Amino acid sequence: MKASKVAQYGLITALALVLSYLESLLPPLGVPGVKLGLPNLAVVFALYRLSWKDAWVTSLVRVALVALLFGNGASLAYSAAGAALSLIVMGLLWKTGKFSSVGVSVAGGVAHNAGQILVAMALLETSRLAWYLPVLWISGTVAGVLVGVVSGVLVKRVPEKK
Amino acid sequence: MNWLKTHRNDVLLIAVLLILGGALALFLYITRQAGGYVSVRVDGELLMELPLREDTQIVLGEEEHTNTLVIENGTARVVEASCPDQICVNQGAVRYAGESIVCLPHKLVVTVEGGQANDVDAATR
Repeated sequence: MKASKVAQYGLITALALVLSYLESLLPPLGVPGVKLGLPNLAVVFALYRLSWKDAWVTSLVRVALVALLFGNGASLAYSAAGAALSLIVMGLLWKTGKFSSVGVSVAGGVAHNAGQILVAMALLETSRLAWYLPVLWISGTVAGVLVGVVSGVLVKRVPEKK
Repeated sequence: MNWLKTHRNDVLLIAVLLILGGALALFLYITRQAGGYVSVRVDGELLMELPLREDTQIVLGEEEHTNTLVIENGTARVVEASCPDQICVNQGAVRYAGESIVCLPHKLVVTVEGGQANDVDAATR
């Protein structure tokens, strides 16, 4: 791996990590699981400016670091499932080339929340989390719009290297 | 409205997602029914069933892993939890069938069920 690539991964992963921390400082938004998804800024940026693979690296390293620093086994399972499902959906939409960062990030937000609910259902062996689904579905959409708009601006404004 | 033109697919996607989410919420709202009792599960195992019409307070769990469940005026809520995130406490009261309070660190799920508790003894255990 080239040194510049290592530096790039370090930079963007650190950014995602700081955004995770920043988000954890925000007051809870009423319903568990409803959040802005700030770290997704870094992931969407990586997807559009770098590559799908780079987005994966950014996201998974962030999830692992967050679990090590602030979390536990259960929170790791939730965030990993959310991150993975969101990355798959975002990657597929991005590949079609028909969506901007807004659409991609919206789908990612919804997929992330759906993934977390699926894991919660599996871990708690209950299918009784139905009410969370529409709430997190809509909050994921709204958060996705915000993150998508900001990362769209980032992709446009941050100068391309090389 | 240039943005709308260049982002037609995004707007469509957002609209479809919002409509799906709204439809799901509407469906759940219409089909909701008042709860008869709450079931308390820890790690997927049914621990007890408590009727909603009887006001009661109960401490669930042991040692450092406790949640205090209060049943009052036909609603159930967790008023105290020993976990750091306090999500179950902040969630407030539930009263309709299918609603639940979840405490992930303690693997506790309190679910409102329709109908009546079928095991009266379980409530007094």
